[in-house]
Amino acid sequence: MTGLAFDIAHLLGALVLTLSFALLYQRRLSAAINVVAMQAAVLAAAAAWQAVTRDAGHLFVTAAIALIFKAIAVPLLLHWLIRRLNISTTVEAAFGVTLTMGLGVGVSTLSILLVLPLTAGETLLLREDLAFALAVALIGPLLMIARRNAVIQVVGFMSMENGLILAAVGVKGMPLVVEASVAFSVMVATFIFGVFFFHIRERFDSLDVSRLEEMQGERHS
Amino acid sequence: MMVQLVVLGVPAGAALLLAFITSWRLAAWLNVAASSVTFVASLTLFVAERPAPGGLLLVDDFNIYLIALTAFVALTTAIFSATYITHEVRRRRLTPRLLRFYHAMYQAFIWSMLMALSADNLGLMWVAVEAATLSTALMVSLYRTPSAIEAAWKYFILCGVGIALALFGTMLMYLAAQPVLGDGMGSITWSALLAQAARFNPALLNVAFVFLLVGYGTKVGLAPFHAWLPDAHAEGPTPISAVLSGLLLNVALYAVLRFKMLLAANPQALAPGPLMIGMGLLSLSLASLMLYRRRDIKRLFAYSSIEHMGIAAFAFGMGGPLANFAGLMHMTMHSLVKAAIFFTVGHVSQAKGTQRIADIRGLTVSHPLLGWALVAGVVAIAGLPPFGVFTSEFLVVSSTFARQPLLAVPLVVGLLVGFGALMLRLHHLAFGAPSPGPATARTGALRLSLIPVWLHLALALIAGIYLPAPLVAWFQAVARLLG
Repeated sequence: MTGLAFDIAHLLGALVLTLSFALLYQRRLSAAINVVAMQAAVLAAAAAWQAVTRDAGHLFVTAAIALIFKAIAVPLLLHWLIRRLNISTTVEAAFGVTLTMGLGVGVSTLSILLVLPLTAGETLLLREDLAFALAVALIGPLLMIARRNAVIQVVGFMSMENGLILAAVGVKGMPLVVEASVAFSVMVATFIFGVFFFHIRERFDSLDVSRLEEMQGERHS
Repeated sequence: MMVQLVVLGVPAGAALLLAFITSWRLAAWLNVAASSVTFVASLTLFVAERPAPGGLLLVDDFNIYLIALTAFVALTTAIFSATYITHEVRRRRLTPRLLRFYHAMYQAFIWSMLMALSADNLGLMWVAVEAATLSTALMVSLYRTPSAIEAAWKYFILCGVGIALALFGTMLMYLAAQPVLGDGMGSITWSALLAQAARFNPALLNVAFVFLLVGYGTKVGLAPFHAWLPDAHAEGPTPISAVLSGLLLNVALYAVLRFKMLLAANPQALAPGPLMIGMGLLSLSLASLMLYRRRDIKRLFAYSSIEHMGIAAFAFGMGGPLANFAGLMHMTMHSLVKAAIFFTVGHVSQAKGTQRIADIRGLTVSHPLLGWALVAGVVAIAGLPPFGVFTSEFLVVSSTFARQPLLAVPLVVGLLVGFGALMLRLHHLAFGAPSPGPATARTGALRLSLIPVWLHLALALIAGIYLPAPLVAWFQAVARLLG
């Protein structure tokens, strides 16, 4: 791999991790959705770059899925959901930004300390990509724990998935990358249906029960 | 190869077909018919020629018996489900539209489990386990009550994270295999990995296994990743609780064991045993203590599932021919008995109109058939002779005493604590003056629908009294395979 090709791949990998950190301090739902969409777009670029430099055509499919589904379709759907369900736009945090960021730094350090010695025989790019990917994949659940909000949990899961796809793209000759990203996409789609139902329920809670019975009446007819 | 395609193709085709059947009565019987075909096909696997390893699918001594067990419990659950949903429709808790969805998902779920069991390709196995997570999460939320949706959400989030970690572990496993086996599918095919595992980088294998144990272990319901399990069991329809407990947990444990075999083939890698022993003991102790505080009858038996999965994980962690034998037998017995218990509990909660333990008393007086079925089931699951669970637990305990007497102490304490809790609850549920409840006049239908219960319990009883010699030889061969 030439110097420039390596630098670009490296830059894209690092950008994915940086955007994970950007997710950790978002206080507004829509901003968080935009950041994860950006992360997916960068991931798509990283996958496409790998496809070009390694001459691996199937990675273009992964890139296309990341771009169309995760960077465009799902964020639009989430924005629509927020408007449609009148979800409040600020996020209730289980713990503060400083602590969350601190934990994020700790998790990243841990991933680097774990992955770099482990993969001593591999290429430098793969080793760093894997370390970044593991950090991203662990920051995702951290976000899901730190914020009490169903939409943010979907965002955290998507970010976690971005990390895993980044790792899969970086590993040379890894089979089933496309299948894995499709499987994840289906899962995210189902998650979003979950949010939909989840919030319908919260709306029911705030209304009187007659509304619920009315709904059942509809279903039975 | 043909037979395998039938085993996998029938549930997949049935799932598609059932998505278009509007009559739920017809769908229920088609569900039973498809499950019967799958079960018969799975039995012919034993005599059919096995495909050469190295492709996408694999048949060996280990998974063939789990495939047959899965197909069997899927069939009996389909029979139970047919009577269960009739009652639910009458009580207007389920609508024909939801039932169409339910039947299609049921077959899709069976397909994904059979796929996970027969996959030789570890990526395919991962996709199948993920599909199983999706289909069950959708079924857990079937009643659309707030608590059901919350249970499904929790299940989604926890198992989603678990599944993602398992994928990372699978990738690390590929990375370990790639220098030896080269790029592409070969490096992710289990049978090829096993042949060459001794030459893999042990450090990578170790880390991969930790991710896989946490990832798939979440789906086994091992503590401390068990939080989704009781909710998912309690809030979903009872047939789903039966297949979750009886089958899905086994499939996830099977995945962990496949990876454990890879580690065992590499002499320099970390011994996976202690990790599994630790998680097993933790699950056993935690679950058996939690059994005392349960107020919901389905939640009670869900905790009992965590306990038994802990025992099985402990047995496999101990390793060696005897403990592995005990672990395999325990998985089988737990599937049969726990599914039978959930069938009974499903009828009990329908007959009493509640799942609250406090509101269910004196079942043997008010509903003798159900009451005594529940007594038999709980006696079996608590590990009393002459049922098969006693045999497997006895083997686990005795082999532990012989090799690591200190480990046997927490094991026996956990078993006894769990036993006490179940007996306490059973006494309350089954005996004494019956609690008031709606009168039932459907003994005829009930007798019919209890056939799966008695069938399962009879098998567990036979296994406890007399294991046929070919079966013993079979289990021993698999136990050796597991190392």
